[in-house]
Amino acid sequence: MPESKALLQAIQAVDVPPVTLMEVCGTHTMAIAKAGLKPLLAPKVTLLSGPGCPVCVTPARDIDACLTLSARPDVILTSYGDMLRVPGSARGDSLLKRRALGADVRMVYSPMDAVEVARENPCKKIVFLGVGFETTAPGTAIAVQTAKESGVKNFYLLPMLKRLEPALRALAASADFAVDGLLCPGHVASILGENGFQYVARSLRLPAVIAGFETEDVLLAVYRLLLQIREGAPALENAYPRAVQREGNTLAMATVETVFTPCDSLWRGMGMIPQSGLALKEDYAAFDAIKALDVCFEEEKPSACRCGDVIRGALPPEKCPLFGVCTPEDPIGPCMVSGEGACAARYKYGGSV
Amino acid sequence: MCLAIPLKLISVDGAQAVGEAAGLTRAVRVDFIKEPKVGDYVIVHAGFAIERLRKTEAEASLKAWREVADAGE
Ligand code: SF4
Repeated sequence: MPESKALLQAIQAVDVPPVTLMEVCGTHTMAIAKAGLKPLLAPKVTLLSGPGCPVCVTPARDIDACLTLSARPDVILTSYGDMLRVPGSARGDSLLKRRALGADVRMVYSPMDAVEVARENPCKKIVFLGVGFETTAPGTAIAVQTAKESGVKNFYLLPMLKRLEPALRALAASADFAVDGLLCPGHVASILGENGFQYVARSLRLPAVIAGFETEDVLLAVYRLLLQIREGAPALENAYPRAVQREGNTLAMATVETVFTPCDSLWRGMGMIPQSGLALKEDYAAFDAIKALDVCFEEEKPSACRCGDVIRGALPPEKCPLFGVCTPEDPIGPCMVSGEGACAARYKYGGSV
Repeated sequence: MCLAIPLKLISVDGAQAVGEAAGLTRAVRVDFIKEPKVGDYVIVHAGFAIERLRKTEAEASLKAWREVADAGE
């Protein structure tokens, strides 16, 4: 698109000192890497990836719990593809590996597929590994409701869903947070609306622009962030109005509220963050895999993988001492596994700054 | 988990719909779309449509890109 080139020129022409911006969405990370934007924006704009890749923010102890579950002969694990290749705290041990050794682990595209697997296998316990952010929570809620309404009693959710706001607040309050503006995730904003991101400007005092996923969308958002920084007036702007309304998707939010309630949740590299997860409400407690199957979480073990720093934007992936030893084919941490991970994006498309 | 391209709904039956893009079809749940209709473009995330694309705003985005682009030249 000819607009990209001109947008890049417009960005370079804004009179501001070099800035650091953070994108908080794995899909943005990939879009930016694919279009090779980082080297084109440097040195004026440095783009950092934040905690926006669902698999990457899942702590190793949760992966370990999934691995333990997969060994149970009465269980079928169902999961989005990305989760299958993430190693637990032991190197090379992943759900994919367990599957090769005989565990019944199935990849699904939607949580509804997991309910279907439960219907087809009435003698087994079907556990759906529910990772994701506000975009994924509504569909996960419908799956649980469907299981309840249609009497599917062998479907269980392992709730690992995350809420972005508490994590961003925790991140912005941390000592090493040095970000001048936030590229807000367009699809989370489709659900939460502009209203759901006002706090970034009002309370965190950070320039914030909701961005879409075309190259031009990202560049326009960067440009608007630069203008805000130049004016010294943080505000929330919506640069993705074709998919984001002011009040968000109220149907989706209401569904989430019916099924889930906020709870404290452990994040990789960020520790326990109050109210940053979603637990099943009492009415749906029978579908909670943690309770029904006695899932036990060990303590998070220290690891040489620096994903925890990468998702906080504190370490560029290529500065991890393991980068290169750790590859998408033989990943050590989730950031190298996921299609939305910062390490994988850097490895695959290069373009380090 | 998000499909990069929006899908066009080619059939709607309650909360179940079929979306199409580049000749490929896919089952889509439309629980969160008010009055989904054949011909709507939707953004799909893990099998669920999370929002309908609004045409006038899509044109506005294009215009916004061009405006900045033109100003920069
Ligand atoms: S390069 Fe590998 S080991 Fe290092 S942070 Fe990324 S995923 Fe972890």
